[in-house]
Amino acid sequence: MELTTLETVPGKTITRHIGLVQGSTVRSKHAGKDILAGLKNFVGGELKSYTDLLNESRTEALDRMVEQARAAGANAVVNIRFSTSNIAAGAAEVMAYGTAVVVS
Amino acid sequence: MDGIIQIGFFVVLLAIGLFAGRANEQRHFRQLAADEEDLRDIAVSSDRGAAAAGSVRNAALVVGSVVIAEDYFKRVAASLKSLIGGNIMSYESLLERGRREAIVRMKKEARRLGATHVVNVRLETASLSEDWRAQRPMFSAEFIAYGTAVTRTP
Repeated sequence: MELTTLETVPGKTITRHIGLVQGSTVRSKHAGKDILAGLKNFVGGELKSYTDLLNESRTEALDRMVEQARAAGANAVVNIRFSTSNIAAGAAEVMAYGTAVVVS
Repeated sequence: MDGIIQIGFFVVLLAIGLFAGRANEQRHFRQLAADEEDLRDIAVSSDRGAAAAGSVRNAALVVGSVVIAEDYFKRVAASLKSLIGGNIMSYESLLERGRREAIVRMKKEARRLGATHVVNVRLETASLSEDWRAQRPMFSAEFIAYGTAVTRTP
């Protein structure tokens, strides 16, 4: 599966457009990490546990998007975009979406 | 007595933020400068850039991200500054650190793949501090930089 943020896959041609595919996941920051992050907050800087958490979430969202694309018969997803939104109760949604295509 | 303890607590947090936070920030800026120098050979653009030329291969998605939080001193400085308005310097430097770090991580991933360019780069910022439990939670935000790593063929 080829993944790009471009409208094409460089070096290949798109033979068929399948359409929008997306994957998302909602994760909550678990209590232990939250307390650690709370302590870290007094000195500021990177909250490593959250960085890791959101990275895992993004990989998961991307996997789901790829799964959807594969099910639709695509071999590439172009114009991929990510978005993160903070929904209630200390949980974040991470979403990945793009256009599933067939390239050759 | 309660008042004194509260003030003492406040002063200690402020001092931690001021000294540890500032030391942290200066170290981070030095690290960023070194990383950016090291990764200078990878060209980054927000348009199609090198891919427009057509002679590229090995396109792959690369992502860099970081979650960064304010320290207590920045928080107090920001709330004081917001009384009179204008630039909130303490947040400007925080957001700059986050964004540059995300770009550096994205470029590191591109280097791992042996790419020469990262094209069509997008930057995202998401605030993570809207916590329902706290009245005014500490500010933290996620920065993401992502794009398509490509290798230019001569």
